[in-house]
Amino acid sequence: MSNPLARLGDTGLYILEDLGWMTNFFFQSVLGIFKRPFRFSELLRQINFIGSGSIVVIFFTALSTGMVLGLQGYYSLNRFGADGFLGSAVSLSIIMELGPVLTALMVAGRAGSAMSAELGIMRISEQIDALQCMAVDPYRYLITPKFLAALISIPLLTALFDVVGIFGGYLAGVSMMGVSPGAYYEGMRSSVTNHDIWLGVVKSFVFAGLVVWICCGRGFFVQQIRGAGFGAESVSRMTTQAVVLSSISVLVFDYLLTAVLL
Amino acid sequence: MSESAIEFVNICKSFKRKDGSLQHVLNNISFTIPAGKTTVIAGGSGQGKSVTLKLVLRLLDADSGSILVDGEDITAIRGRKLNQLRTRFGVLFQSSALFDSLTVFENVAMPLRERTRKSEKEIHSQVIEMLAQFDLAGHELKYPAQLSGGMKKRVGLARAMMLTPSIMLFDEPTTGLDPVMTGEIYHLFARTQQQYGFTSVIVSHDIPKVFNLADHVILLNHGGVDAFDSPESIQWSEKAEIQEFVKTTMGEIYQSRNVETGTL
Repeated sequence: MSNPLARLGDTGLYILEDLGWMTNFFFQSVLGIFKRPFRFSELLRQINFIGSGSIVVIFFTALSTGMVLGLQGYYSLNRFGADGFLGSAVSLSIIMELGPVLTALMVAGRAGSAMSAELGIMRISEQIDALQCMAVDPYRYLITPKFLAALISIPLLTALFDVVGIFGGYLAGVSMMGVSPGAYYEGMRSSVTNHDIWLGVVKSFVFAGLVVWICCGRGFFVQQIRGAGFGAESVSRMTTQAVVLSSISVLVFDYLLTAVLL
Repeated sequence: MSESAIEFVNICKSFKRKDGSLQHVLNNISFTIPAGKTTVIAGGSGQGKSVTLKLVLRLLDADSGSILVDGEDITAIRGRKLNQLRTRFGVLFQSSALFDSLTVFENVAMPLRERTRKSEKEIHSQVIEMLAQFDLAGHELKYPAQLSGGMKKRVGLARAMMLTPSIMLFDEPTTGLDPVMTGEIYHLFARTQQQYGFTSVIVSHDIPKVFNLADHVILLNHGGVDAFDSPESIQWSEKAEIQEFVKTTMGEIYQSRNVETGTL
């Protein structure tokens, strides 16, 4: 195919085809919730893997982010004699933006890559074909528990991030830089509204769906994706692509959701 | 059960190459796989042997034509009907396709847990019985990574037999096994088929060994069916392409045949 126009058309058709697979993948995975038998023990295993397994990573990310925000915020606000607003600045930044975004990015890097690789290996070693041959729905069996586990775990991890992040800001601002603790809490209490918390919660659910959808989908379709190659190489490429695509999607959707819901 | 277990009618299947052109793997092929017999699908690499099995299982869809299983056209069925069709098949994959994260017991129990409403007690006794039948007693708690190639094949076969399928499909079942193990595995296939009476379809490169098991042989070549006959007829065929196939895949048999006919 040497004609550039033909190549462009071919690429366009391929992207549409890929979107078709991914859309079907999403709906089949959601439908899996209503199919029986439901794999409750697998759901718990996935919550343990995605949720409990990410607690340490989220804790340290949140603590350092909060402390950096506390220090940066203090130096910026102190110039105008407004360091009393530190609690407000730190909590709003974390609850509305950094909490949901950084949690999703960390989970994509830690659990998303693992889910993508696991499904990719299952695909190339014919394990997914074997499931289909046994008349077992691979979406219900493999994907649905991961979807539900991410939708339960990521919002909870985001809540943990928010709490630890705000505490990190307190450590840096109050304990290290001498901002009044009362001013920090009062700033936070008076500026954070229910709408801000709701925005953070909505974002965390959307990001959870995006991360698990893209990471699982890339692994599941590893043999159909153009340029993926074959065997172990295809799995490694798809794992990388899964993390990159899900991270970019989280950032793009963060802007879109903020623009629509703020 | 009808006379033919599986029937291919004018099946075409092609794949898109990187440059956008089409590679026609199966070109308007028709053949019948008789019920209760062993049929071997043979042919060189890339001739569409495994694609044929995937079409039967509906892991791939044909471009045109129809596939009949026990007289029912399966080319357009979906959902529950497709699942019902698949429970009629048992499949032994080239790689055995055992679930890495499950033990031998869990692998073999999976079809019963997922497709039946049997109690755990019933499943346990049935799995233990099946494992003993395939000389796997005592290996229940091992993971696939802890098994030899031959044992993996036996676990794969035990798993495939759990729902007592009427048609067994074997995709290159002895790839990666040494000659002794290959012989043992084929002996096990023959014994299992005798016991359960299923229709057996074997895709294999291991032509001399597999010809001993076969009642019929389908020879795929250049997208078409070169021959559908008994192993003896294929061995003694006068057709140049078939002679070439016999010569390359069954060296010793070819030599003895020509000694007998006085051409060597």
